[in-house]
Amino acid sequence: MKLSSGTIRLIIPAASLVLLLAAVFYMQPRAMSYTGLNLLFNLAVPIALATIAQMLIMSVNDLDLSMGTFVSFCACVSATFLQSSPALGILIFLGAIAAYALIGVVIYVRDLPSIVVTLGMSFVWGGLAVLILPSPGGTAPTWARWLMTAKPPLVPMAIVASILIAAVTHCIVMRSSFGVLMRGVGGNDRSVERAGWSVLGLRAATYALAGFFAVLAGIALVGLTTSADANIALRYTLLSIAGVILGGGQFVGGKVSPIGAVIGALTLTLAGSFLSFMRISPDWQIGAQGAILIVVLALRLALNRLEKREKSE
Amino acid sequence: MTIRTMLAASVAFACLCAPALADTSSKKIALSNNYAGNSWRQAMLTSWDKITKEAVSKGVVAAADPFTTAENQATEQAAQIQNMILQGYDAIVVNAASPTALNGAIKEACDAGITVVSFDGIVTEPCAWRIAVDFKKMGESQIDYLAKKLPKGGNLLEIRGLAGVSVDDEIHAGIAAGVSKNSQFKIVGSVNGDWAQDVAQRAVAGILPSLPEVAAVVTQGGDGYGAAQAFAAAKRPTPTIVMGNREDELVWWKQQKDKDGYETMSVSIAPGVSTLAFWVAQQILDGKEVKKDLVVPFLRIDQANLEENLKTTQKGGVANVEYSLEDAQKVIDAK
Repeated sequence: MKLSSGTIRLIIPAASLVLLLAAVFYMQPRAMSYTGLNLLFNLAVPIALATIAQMLIMSVNDLDLSMGTFVSFCACVSATFLQSSPALGILIFLGAIAAYALIGVVIYVRDLPSIVVTLGMSFVWGGLAVLILPSPGGTAPTWARWLMTAKPPLVPMAIVASILIAAVTHCIVMRSSFGVLMRGVGGNDRSVERAGWSVLGLRAATYALAGFFAVLAGIALVGLTTSADANIALRYTLLSIAGVILGGGQFVGGKVSPIGAVIGALTLTLAGSFLSFMRISPDWQIGAQGAILIVVLALRLALNRLEKREKSE
Repeated sequence: MTIRTMLAASVAFACLCAPALADTSSKKIALSNNYAGNSWRQAMLTSWDKITKEAVSKGVVAAADPFTTAENQATEQAAQIQNMILQGYDAIVVNAASPTALNGAIKEACDAGITVVSFDGIVTEPCAWRIAVDFKKMGESQIDYLAKKLPKGGNLLEIRGLAGVSVDDEIHAGIAAGVSKNSQFKIVGSVNGDWAQDVAQRAVAGILPSLPEVAAVVTQGGDGYGAAQAFAAAKRPTPTIVMGNREDELVWWKQQKDKDGYETMSVSIAPGVSTLAFWVAQQILDGKEVKKDLVVPFLRIDQANLEENLKTTQKGGVANVEYSLEDAQKVIDAK
């Protein structure tokens, strides 16, 4: 049986995750338990959601540099409005998703570089977050707290959530006709347009969907931390991009993989824990994290070449 | 008696009797630190290292490992704390990136039976202990000192810290309270110095031309030297500037003192508060009843003990004290 190129692209991220996990278990056998796995991975759930959001944007050849501040903004809304007056909170989220759709439209219609637009938006979201929550605080909605600390039988919540996110987004992106069109826009938007589809509408829908997943990331994060501050998720911008790439996605061409993205997010989280268990001095930790990324990417590059050689033969 | 002599005596005392406490000899304590990028944090980590290494070698605790997050981010520190739970530490001492965003991770730690002690950057989660500095009193003590030194009163210039940070609000509240008690003083100007000499110098230079004669400058630490430079550049007489224990400030003070007998005081929080947090965690593990909210004294330097403090302060550093077990017990027992 011949493996599809999509599967091959998934092998490297999955293998690196397994390898890291084995190393962590070896160093810290305590992690090999229900609570252990939950502690290792629960902070990866909001990162996975943000990574999915970033992946959607990347599937139409754009890049969202406002992901971190937007998730922070959503976290602030979750800890304030969504908790005190849920209707208003949901309204704000709908507004934010609409804003995302609008950003997608503006970028396409005016032919602007997405990096510049989203970088600008990051200051808008950051400013709004500070306005909503000038000093750290707020309370997580009880249902979000309950959801994130739920203890399902056998498998910890963090794993269940990750699998669920991967499965749902796989269906949307890889199995639905909308997903095919979305990736088509990333691959060749002219041919999609000539086939009679509205690229404008597709882009707006993609951005809106990304906004929706980012909102979920904000809610999940607050469910874990119990309260928010305006800078809570600034790291997510780069983490989400790294997660997509680590998971086998590419910057251009609509080549993305939802399952890979979730695995990438988990791998990044685990890499942090791994380094901390290794007792690497904090001065070296950023470098070490970078080294892990480079190794994984180098492996992927090597595999890509192998794949190409096979095809040409 | 000054804090310093008190400490010197108790350090000597601690060396004699520390090994007697062996109940916590199998316990492991971790330090979760969110930032190491300034002189204060570096001094804090050095103090931790010095005191805990000694404690470990004496068998007071089994381990006391410091961890610093690579980026100053709450989500990263939350992950770090969750890792510490997995690593099986018995107590976690935290200097938190956010007072609230770590609450989820800290609750997990408490639920796992881990003692959590926060200091400096404290957390609001009720299950954790908090070692806070009485910043309000620190502000008030400046006015108390000035009231004694300048009984006739006069105009004050206030240099505040970083806007929007709770520490700034608290010190300011203390200064405001002191001024309302001593009506001979009047705050004629207020600028944000962001706890940095260069920012303070710029801000003071900007506001000086619009001010009447200034009798004294009240500060928050890290801004006194900049203020002095601004006054000198404007060729105005140097007022009484309250210092903040930074080495450059103390050196300047010493120069002025030698030149014309310049008098002032200096006050700030000692980075060695990390060692106090360590001993408090150790005491809690030892089974001692400890209040959830503790107040740590701030470190004050006066005219008389300036030289002595300057000698022990590293170049570019901050005047420091390290705490012993006895100091910690005193803080715990204090009302």
